[in-house]
Amino acid sequence: MTDSKYFTTTKKGEIFELKAELNSDKKEKKKEAVKKVIASMTVGKDVSALFPDVVNCMQTDNLELKKLVYLYLMNYAKSQPDMAIMAVNTFVKDCEDSNPLIRALAVRTMGCIRVDKITEYLCEPLRKCLKDEDPYVRKTAAVCVAKLHDINAQLVVANAVAAISEIMDASPNAASVLEMNSGTINKLLTALNECTEWGQVFILDSISNYTPKDEREAQSICERVTPRLAHANAAVVLSAVKVVMKLMEMLDTGGDYVTSLVKKLAPPLVTLLSAEPEIQYVALRNINLIVQKRSEILKNEMKVFFVKYNDPIYVKLEKLDIMIRLTSQSNIAQVLAELKEYATEVDVDFVRKSVRAIGRCAIKVEPAAERCVSTLLDLIQTKVNYVVQEAIVVIKDIFRKYPNKYESIIATLMLSDENTQVQLQLLTAIVKLFLKRPTDTQELVQQVLSLSTQDSDNPDLRDRGYIYWRLLSTDPAAAKEVVLAEKPLISEETDLIEPTLLDELICHISSLASVYHKPPNAFVEGRGGLRKVLPPKSEQAEGLVEELGAQEPTAAPPQPTVIPGADSLIGDLLDMDMGSGPSMMQQQMYPAQPAAPTPAGGSGGMDIFGEGLDNLLGGGSTGGDMLGGLGDIFGMPQTQSYVPPQEVWLPASKGKGLEITGTFARKNNQINMELTFTNKAMQPMSGFAVQFNKNSFGLMPAQVAIKNNIDVFYMSTHVPLHVLFMEDGEMDKKIFLATWKDIPSPNEVQYTINNVPHNADTVSSKLRNNNVFTIAKRNVEGQDMLYQSLKLTNGIWILAELKIQPSNPSFVLSLKARAVDVYEAVKQVYENILHN
Amino acid sequence: MIHSLFIINNTGDVFMEKHWKSVIHKSICDYFFEAQTKAGSPEDISPIIATPHHYLINIYRNQLYYVAVVTTEVPPLFVIEFLHRVVDVFEDYFQGCSESILKEHYVIVYELLDEMLDNGFPLAMEANILKELIKPPNFLRTITDTITGKTTGVSATLPTGQLSNVPWRRTGVKYTNNEAYFDVIEEVDAIIDKSGSTVTAEIQGYIDCMVKLSGMPDLTLTFVNPRFLDDVSFHPCIRFKRWETEKILSFVPPDGNFRLLSYHIGSNNMVAIPVYLKHNIFYREGSAGRFDVTVSQKTTMGKTVENLVLECPFPKAVLNVTLTPNQGKYTFDPVTKVMTWEVGRLETTRSPNIKGTINLQTGSPVPESNPTLSLQFTISTLAISGLKVNRLDMYGEKYKPFKGVKYLTKAGKFQVRT
Repeated sequence: MTDSKYFTTTKKGEIFELKAELNSDKKEKKKEAVKKVIASMTVGKDVSALFPDVVNCMQTDNLELKKLVYLYLMNYAKSQPDMAIMAVNTFVKDCEDSNPLIRALAVRTMGCIRVDKITEYLCEPLRKCLKDEDPYVRKTAAVCVAKLHDINAQLVVANAVAAISEIMDASPNAASVLEMNSGTINKLLTALNECTEWGQVFILDSISNYTPKDEREAQSICERVTPRLAHANAAVVLSAVKVVMKLMEMLDTGGDYVTSLVKKLAPPLVTLLSAEPEIQYVALRNINLIVQKRSEILKNEMKVFFVKYNDPIYVKLEKLDIMIRLTSQSNIAQVLAELKEYATEVDVDFVRKSVRAIGRCAIKVEPAAERCVSTLLDLIQTKVNYVVQEAIVVIKDIFRKYPNKYESIIATLMLSDENTQVQLQLLTAIVKLFLKRPTDTQELVQQVLSLSTQDSDNPDLRDRGYIYWRLLSTDPAAAKEVVLAEKPLISEETDLIEPTLLDELICHISSLASVYHKPPNAFVEGRGGLRKVLPPKSEQAEGLVEELGAQEPTAAPPQPTVIPGADSLIGDLLDMDMGSGPSMMQQQMYPAQPAAPTPAGGSGGMDIFGEGLDNLLGGGSTGGDMLGGLGDIFGMPQTQSYVPPQEVWLPASKGKGLEITGTFARKNNQINMELTFTNKAMQPMSGFAVQFNKNSFGLMPAQVAIKNNIDVFYMSTHVPLHVLFMEDGEMDKKIFLATWKDIPSPNEVQYTINNVPHNADTVSSKLRNNNVFTIAKRNVEGQDMLYQSLKLTNGIWILAELKIQPSNPSFVLSLKARAVDVYEAVKQVYENILHN
Repeated sequence: MIHSLFIINNTGDVFMEKHWKSVIHKSICDYFFEAQTKAGSPEDISPIIATPHHYLINIYRNQLYYVAVVTTEVPPLFVIEFLHRVVDVFEDYFQGCSESILKEHYVIVYELLDEMLDNGFPLAMEANILKELIKPPNFLRTITDTITGKTTGVSATLPTGQLSNVPWRRTGVKYTNNEAYFDVIEEVDAIIDKSGSTVTAEIQGYIDCMVKLSGMPDLTLTFVNPRFLDDVSFHPCIRFKRWETEKILSFVPPDGNFRLLSYHIGSNNMVAIPVYLKHNIFYREGSAGRFDVTVSQKTTMGKTVENLVLECPFPKAVLNVTLTPNQGKYTFDPVTKVMTWEVGRLETTRSPNIKGTINLQTGSPVPESNPTLSLQFTISTLAISGLKVNRLDMYGEKYKPFKGVKYLTKAGKFQVRT
């Protein structure tokens, strides 16, 4: 007599039978029938045809039966909206039942029925339930408001406003949608002690969105949050860690309080690692972020990351990653012994990663490099093919990090049964060795070259062998230049997350973003929201302002509100441009440097492609002109607008060998972003994809993501102001005059631009090419006066007066606009254009 | 928040689904099955799987997968904790949590799921409250129900504790015998290397309680040596302030069984290793390899090691083993290649030994490395860290309760590399 019997009915005419039973007079039979219906529903059978009969059973005083019917309703109401109306009356009646449990159940279920027509009827009972005398009913009703919002947003706002005070009392969760200030934060912190563990997670998450006004407040919040670190619920612990990590940014780094916080953070993180494997996984992903931000927290806890042989593979791989991040001179011996142990395990992925980890240790901890190399050699002796492959690949990196130190071991490696990638690497390595120590390795190199060209049936290997052979036989000096070309030093830490992204992810500790190590807007659907940033360190921020002030006494304080309707993100961007403007522009005033020479010898497919394309298109030798070249071909008018020299946006050390330089230019009435990709790594890159995370201007990429076969990289770019000058920036003379008068004189600022080697006409045409239009020219007492106008893409007009004395290379520029903040940048643009 | 839950068995049948918002078709589980085919073993499925529109967060317990579907950014630990808690509740209700048990009680399962989560938010998770709302099935009730023809598993009244300041405790508790038992249990996690030295060792401890006290008792528990407890996780009932300042555990206990606290004693402390293994294992191509392991007692503070079980997972290349133990008996599973030796009690007078030959499959290469042995054992009346309860006092009620403390040490993940 157990309920599992209901799972077995598969007879024909079953629905018909159930229908009869549901309409039976006997209560017991009715209930049995409903149970059968639910069982069918569970295994995925369609029992929606029974809707009216089941709804008929709803009016009952048997609570269990009622619950079962409600369960049915929640599943099927959506597919039978018209019939669902039949249930409304009973719901409304139940909402006024004397038993609070039934009232709550009714309002709860009603909220789950996602049918528009029902929601209309729901409002009134819900309003009543929000004011119910029983707190349990109020609590349920509060959650119901959120459900309703999901279904019908308009309807709910009015109700919600009325209910909010009660929601605050009954369910602190709702507070997360409210504006934060010290007052609400205080309330939340108090509520933290009284609500359930699940509520605590939401509260802590809301607190983490709040930026305290000063260090003192940050510290007091930390003090009230830290007890949560000892909670039994892992989610509460990790959310508390998030709050503390974020607030620590605001605290004085050297202070005692931070030191004590760092001490408090380690134990809870370690404890998470003794929980269920799924929890361990999430914890490890987050710890990975935390140790990148503050390695001091776990520096003494290396041993908890040692791998147990029966850990799930996803835990093993994560532990390994963190072990390497925590490796230092003091614990390298232990770590190496462990890694060597792991390299003999069964799981291939794990073994490969372990071998690679040994190489990373060698690169990270210099004094241990020798030990690492000998460990790798031991592993090569095992002759397990994937171990040997990985070992050789990492030894290559070790050579790059410590040139001229370990090359002699190459002789011990054999060129025979390895896979192609390894053979290629070996060949290159041996040729390099020969070029450095020709005397002791002549025999070896000859042997290898003949092996690769004659005995190998791999065309790539043969080709490379022939190339080296010919190079070496015709011109050893050239060979040296090609093969031993300087490569960027390999960085100490690979796989580090780009710092701004890391900071953003720290704000998302405990969330899905922290597991994927990607910002939430990159993968959560419909998540446009503001990006979270760590709070600035209070002292530092002040320092920066002072510095700026000293440099530019005339600079107006940045006012993000200049642009009408701009949200804070635009403000940020403007601020950023203003702030970093001077130094950035100075960089650009240096003579344009030719693009970095493509490293020869590296097997970079991209380089060849890039250069070839340039030549084909007949463009200049720098990648920046590629687009210009295109323009030529198609006979388009080539505007000679000013193009700032390319800047390095993604240095090779961060891009794992991929270097990206770029600039912005305005061409053919459009803003162009020009990018040059250079492969400075030793392997070809492929599978490129670019994503622009645009800001609310809709055009300027604030952040660019580049993906290739190796990884995803992020870089931020600065858009120079002049690309935003519009083509229709020519003002009518009269309007110009009127506007000039209209703008109050305090808004007028004068700058001097020195050493301009041009006369008034060239200046005028140069500026015109950049959409700065000369409206009138006057000659006053031997001086040329140019009156100019320009318009920014967001509709801001800027008026200028340029005073040129024929014998004096210093020009005087007066600017007038309603938005004073842009002056500095505009002046820079003038300088750049006129000096170009 | 949590949108839906699918329960999937080992053969890939979705045999139960529950939706707290709109219904998501179970074809969403195809993404899960895809991950399942990629994973080497059932435990290796990544706990979080991204699909184009949803995230699948899953746990694996008792041969069943519990797959939660979420659509919005939500703390994954929140979901994982919730899922584990759900399984805990099922186990508590049904004394087990297999597919057949869940199917047998599916109505209660639905009722519980409905009560635990509302609109994707946890509502009532405390076992105390749930049991007041939905009565657990028991044999006697099934009989009376069958006779009287009435089944009322659902309570018609609102649980009292739900909104009080002590949500974990119901009011109006009454017992004729008032008793409180505390079990201090410590698990030793260790990795021992080939040479017998300790690579890492730590203790995972917890105090499980069984408290049956009438009324609203207010308890304080003190330790002889609280300094051991610097990394702790508390049940919400413990007043954190008093622990911070006085190192006293002060709390109003939940009714019945619960975990009062768990603690962790890290590898930076000295952890005693109770047993020692001497081993000699090697494979030989073509002929039989050797397996020879001796267990002896190390540091046990004069107590006896019991229920000793040694497990040796052999690599796939091993065909079978022929061993002779001088104590206990052994089994070899030819499918998983796991050898299990049930040793039993570890007497101080003689050291149990098992030895014999390992036969490889013909043609298989000699395995690279030796297997890692794992050990299970218990030592009663001992907390290996040395933690000791000083006294338990009760305030707020007049009666005199019966009190008891028990200590137990167990092997956790205790592994010996060979």
